[in-house]
Amino acid sequence: MSLILTPNLPAPDDFYEKLINTHRGLSDEQSRDVNCKLVLLLANHIGDPSVLEQALAVAREGYETA
Amino acid sequence: MLQTYSYPEFPYVQPPEQISGQVVRKTAVVVGAGPIGLTTALDFASRGIPVVVLDDNNTVSIGSRAVCYAKRPLEVWDRLGCADRMVEKGVSWKIGKVFRDEELVYQFDLLPEADHKYPAFINLQQYYLEEYLLDRAKDFGDLIDIRWKNKVVSLKNHPDHVRLSIETPDGIYDMETEWMVACDGAKSDIRTMIGAEFTGQFFQDRFLIADVVMKADFPAERWFWFNPPFHRNQSVLLHMEADNVWRIDFQLGWDCDPDEEKKPEKVIPRLKAMLGEDAEFELEWVSVYQFACRRMKSFRFGRLFFAGDSAHQVSPFGARGANTGVQDADNLGWKLKLVIDGLAPDSLLDSYDAERVYAADDNLKNSTRSTDFISPKSPVSKAFRDAVLDLANRHSFARPLVNSGRLSSPTPYAVSPLNTPDSDSFAGTMRPGTNCADAPVRVDGTDGWLLNQLGAGFTALYFSPDGTVPAALAALADAPVPVTPLVIGGTVEDVKGLVAQRYDATPGTVYLIRPDQHVAARFRSFDAPRFTAALNTALGKN
Repeated sequence: MSLILTPNLPAPDDFYEKLINTHRGLSDEQSRDVNCKLVLLLANHIGDPSVLEQALAVAREGYETA
Repeated sequence: MLQTYSYPEFPYVQPPEQISGQVVRKTAVVVGAGPIGLTTALDFASRGIPVVVLDDNNTVSIGSRAVCYAKRPLEVWDRLGCADRMVEKGVSWKIGKVFRDEELVYQFDLLPEADHKYPAFINLQQYYLEEYLLDRAKDFGDLIDIRWKNKVVSLKNHPDHVRLSIETPDGIYDMETEWMVACDGAKSDIRTMIGAEFTGQFFQDRFLIADVVMKADFPAERWFWFNPPFHRNQSVLLHMEADNVWRIDFQLGWDCDPDEEKKPEKVIPRLKAMLGEDAEFELEWVSVYQFACRRMKSFRFGRLFFAGDSAHQVSPFGARGANTGVQDADNLGWKLKLVIDGLAPDSLLDSYDAERVYAADDNLKNSTRSTDFISPKSPVSKAFRDAVLDLANRHSFARPLVNSGRLSSPTPYAVSPLNTPDSDSFAGTMRPGTNCADAPVRVDGTDGWLLNQLGAGFTALYFSPDGTVPAALAALADAPVPVTPLVIGGTVEDVKGLVAQRYDATPGTVYLIRPDQHVAARFRSFDAPRFTAALNTALGKN
């Protein structure tokens, strides 16, 4: 299966608002921890190794090794 | 410190070649009388290869060191006639528990299936293990010549032999050998002498190891803590050993002074924090280690082989060091014997390199992954680790991600040049290149185990429809490289049906099994030409 890179969220603004709200009132460190959990939860939900690999690659695009 | 064990001091005897001044060419030399060197020597001797073992020391391992021995090495030691004593003295276990703070977050069972001769793991102080291997070596008489206080100081690797200079308390003497195996550990002098690379990853972390004598009521399980209340922000590992000795590993981090941390006045408060102010215990041995995951590019240099930590070093989580080293020895002996006897080409020995490098990479991968989880190298790596542990408390999905060490299991030689890939359809795990599963059997009315029925050479494990053996299969027992039939439903009774189940056998199924108890090929029916072709492939003739 291919990673979906076209619009797939039924209500993009709703999701985005909820994402930002989730981080409201958190320190940078706490936000980082919440993001980590979110990645793990979603990765488990997706499950498909090839989709996950594509997502990791797309997310990493454009960053040189520090 | 208290001692539950008195270390033997083996006598140094001046070597006859040093007295005579004659340079003698031996058949095989093993350097290092640790678990891997001794296993190699036992395997060689069991096949009739005379072997000289050189060791620069004159006693067994100090401290528990490797401590955890897995099922497969026990099966190898059983083939060599010395496993039962280890199991009897050792502490058998199969359950691992992982705690975070005070809560149990993950639990695993390493041998969920019954009906195997050996347990998933035993814990045994390395000194006992070496003592038992040395006792077994005595049974081989002159075939095993162990020379204490013999230190190799230089070597020259020739195309048809290796020449060694060896230092003893009486000076230096020279020796030649047709074949040589360096089992001299992670800091191998032999490796340095040939200038071979040993590359990989170093980890900026240290662990304190303590052998503690105490009466405690922890169960015989592997317990691992992340961030326990008694050792905040670090990890701790606990194992039960023989003689009421407990092995405790404390993660220290990078910014510690290893010499300072070894002092009892530093160690005892750590133990009291863990065990309670009033706990009665005695320290037996303390060490601090730093770990690395690295290997040599190749484990074969002509007549010289590397086995164990000298060839590949892994971090300790997962007990993959000594356990995989024993499998190096298991892999080499039969091949060398066939080449020495002129029954297989030299290229068979290249398969030692191919198969054991493949296994080393599997071990390195697993132990590097464990180390990245236990000792995260960056803030984000630590954040992911802690997120996994947080989630694992409440949600089962995160528990398989918890990695406190993936414990040693044999690596199937999935891509070995000695394998004949399946042409018939099979289910199950016994693919070519895999070590044979054990199962209960009955032979001549006596209960036993399948692996004990496999001989020193090649075996044809044949599931007979009617108790008989095809004449062409029986005839293989008299071939130059004999293949001995082992007939399930004939001389061997599959008492619980587990042999057929574990090997996905139907009537007529036949497996070609290597002398190191690995599957070389399997077929749904015996056909002499394709079976012989598989044997030739397993002999490195392709």
